[in-house]
Amino acid sequence: MSHPLVVTLDRKSAPRTIFSGDRLVEVDLPPGTRCIYPKAPIAPLKDVEAAIRYALNHPYDSEPLHAKLRPGMKVVIGIDDISLPLPPMRRPDVRERVLTVVLQTLADHGVDDVTLIIATSVHRRMTGEEIRHIVGDRIYNGYYPDRLYNHDAEDLKNMVEIGTTEMGEVVELNRKAVESDLLIYVNLNLVPMDGGHKSVAVGFCGYKSLKAHHNPQTMRKCHSYMDPKSSALATSVERMGKLANKKLNVFTIETTINNRMFDRPLEFLHKNEDDLSGMEKTALKALTMTLAKVPQSARQAIFQRVPSPYGVTGVFAGSTEAVHEHTLARTYEQYLVPIKGQADILVTGVPYISPYNVNSFLNPLLVQVMVNGYLFNMYKGAPLLKKGGTMIVTHPCTDMFDKEHHAPYIEFVHNLLPETRDALELHKRYEAKFASNPAYIQAYRTGHAYHPAHPFFMWYWGEAGRQHTGRVIVVGADNEYIPKLMGWETARTMNEALEMAKDTAPPSPDIVLMHMPPIVMAEVTV
Amino acid sequence: MTGPDGREKKLSAVAASYFDVDGTLIRTNLVHPTLWYLMHQRTPMRSLQKLARAAWKTPQMIWAEMQDRRMFNEILFSSYEGISHDRLMILADDAFNDIMKKALYPHAKDLISRCRDEGHDVVLVSGALDFLMTRLADHLGATHVIANRLEIKDGYATGRLLRPVVAGPEKARLIRDHARERGHNLDDCFAYSDSYSDVPMLSVVGHPAAVNPDSKLERLARTYGWPVLTLDKSVN
Repeated sequence: MSHPLVVTLDRKSAPRTIFSGDRLVEVDLPPGTRCIYPKAPIAPLKDVEAAIRYALNHPYDSEPLHAKLRPGMKVVIGIDDISLPLPPMRRPDVRERVLTVVLQTLADHGVDDVTLIIATSVHRRMTGEEIRHIVGDRIYNGYYPDRLYNHDAEDLKNMVEIGTTEMGEVVELNRKAVESDLLIYVNLNLVPMDGGHKSVAVGFCGYKSLKAHHNPQTMRKCHSYMDPKSSALATSVERMGKLANKKLNVFTIETTINNRMFDRPLEFLHKNEDDLSGMEKTALKALTMTLAKVPQSARQAIFQRVPSPYGVTGVFAGSTEAVHEHTLARTYEQYLVPIKGQADILVTGVPYISPYNVNSFLNPLLVQVMVNGYLFNMYKGAPLLKKGGTMIVTHPCTDMFDKEHHAPYIEFVHNLLPETRDALELHKRYEAKFASNPAYIQAYRTGHAYHPAHPFFMWYWGEAGRQHTGRVIVVGADNEYIPKLMGWETARTMNEALEMAKDTAPPSPDIVLMHMPPIVMAEVTV
Repeated sequence: MTGPDGREKKLSAVAASYFDVDGTLIRTNLVHPTLWYLMHQRTPMRSLQKLARAAWKTPQMIWAEMQDRRMFNEILFSSYEGISHDRLMILADDAFNDIMKKALYPHAKDLISRCRDEGHDVVLVSGALDFLMTRLADHLGATHVIANRLEIKDGYATGRLLRPVVAGPEKARLIRDHARERGHNLDDCFAYSDSYSDVPMLSVVGHPAAVNPDSKLERLARTYGWPVLTLDKSVN
């Protein structure tokens, strides 16, 4: 008996509606296809402020926050950046709520030397308005920009090496955070690969530390990113985080949210198409048609300008590892759907958003990250796709980039990928020089561009998926060049893609559709 | 790359970074130090005379600026006619400190340090006068200067510029020559400017970047995917 959220299609089943970038497309899948749907949102906490206070006063494996405070001490508060959650959360963001209680507690105990730093690592700097959205007007007006700012991984005089792990990983972190008497980290955990030691050891580090684990060799040993125990990346980060926690006084606060990504008018998007009411079917048709007609900027506005009504499902505080165990349990509770047996052919729509294109366009390199990185990795246990199997994805793969946020990506995609797709080769031949390009580094430091190392990391992010997957077939690409650059094939329709996939699949292949977003993760048993 | 003797010339592994100066690294332009010099003549009366003459030429300069940057430079620098070479040199440190040093963009030095850390030759390419540019180069840690030079006869400036006049498309040719002499592969080189008039200079290198660009250059940079940098704002 399969889980109720794993639906097997029959001849009478309605077509499935899946994302193709910022459009929706209807696809007919053969009878016998199994569709995995996301779980319904977990009920949110009734009183979030009370939960925050409770967590601070009853932490795991740590003294309560108030007991760690003394007047005159220097406190740094690290905050997760705009890459979490996706899309951004409706105000008040849970980070604002946590920060409000934490800052009040600090003030009550005579702690006024407080600096808030957005732990961007090598992500782009957030704009003032984006920071305001996360921390709220009151904190923004009180602290920005002198005591509330973005981490700068290339401000080398303000980065400090605190040691090297037994595996030779250099831990270099933000000086202000290192020299604080207490480092409080306020996390928002969307998926299981977030949070834990990653918050400090990655959020406050620079290229020197990142390259210890963001490299093709480590990325190949992640099975999956969403299962920290089976991820070489998470293991490396944990080693570095443990070293950081030995030298720094860290108090971790993690929060979890449910998967209510779409508000009421669009809530039907997470439902089984056969269970839609007449009204919902009409709304889905209307939305699909509207998105097909309106220009790209309007589609981006429809999805990205409207924040999501996520509900807070947990607040946990204390020592990093003890806290993160609870966080992981809550995120798995929201996302994991058990399924027996792997797929020969895995079908999935690629949505319009990734952690790296909030308020901008999902460019070709990020489409690759979504396909080979995130969507492939949405499993725990065995991979959902059999080794050498075929992924069929729907996305236009438009050759378009946000010229400010993703300036270094353009050169990576159009100058380096045509030379080689081999991650080891890219790493060896190009990364060091590209990552130190003075113009791109300046654009990262004083503009809103991602660090020049980031496009390499994005390619490596797809490495485990690339090594495992036999073929990727894109349906609905508006050009052949980009899919070819990624090493993918193209098909005009889903039927054509399925026929192509069957050429290399066993007879009567097992076809699975991951119906997301909202986020769903497969817990696969073979 | 082939040398003048027709033999294959070995390219230097080191790249060069070519920087326009006015508007790119500093917020002043060619007019500011010129005015400063005119205001610091031997006597107040002489300063007044010089300033009046410069004011008389202003409409001509505005017209020239719209037509051709080189013509503008030549008219502007004609204001130096009759100033002694000694005076130009003696006052150069003060002119640099009063006008240029104060006008440096907050992140100019960071960017140049970063280029030096990468082992680049850092070359200032400017229509400004060489004796001011060498001081700026020393201050920023730049390694070379390509700048305009006043013609000096019998110890006095004639008001003419020596050839080649550094402006507009000529900058591109000078960069090519510099790279050839130093053995740089232009594909590995960087160029930075704020102005659409420097598109030729930006176009000859493999890594052009627009810095605090005017609207026309910004549009072009966005179209071609050149990085657009800001050096004029504080980080947050």
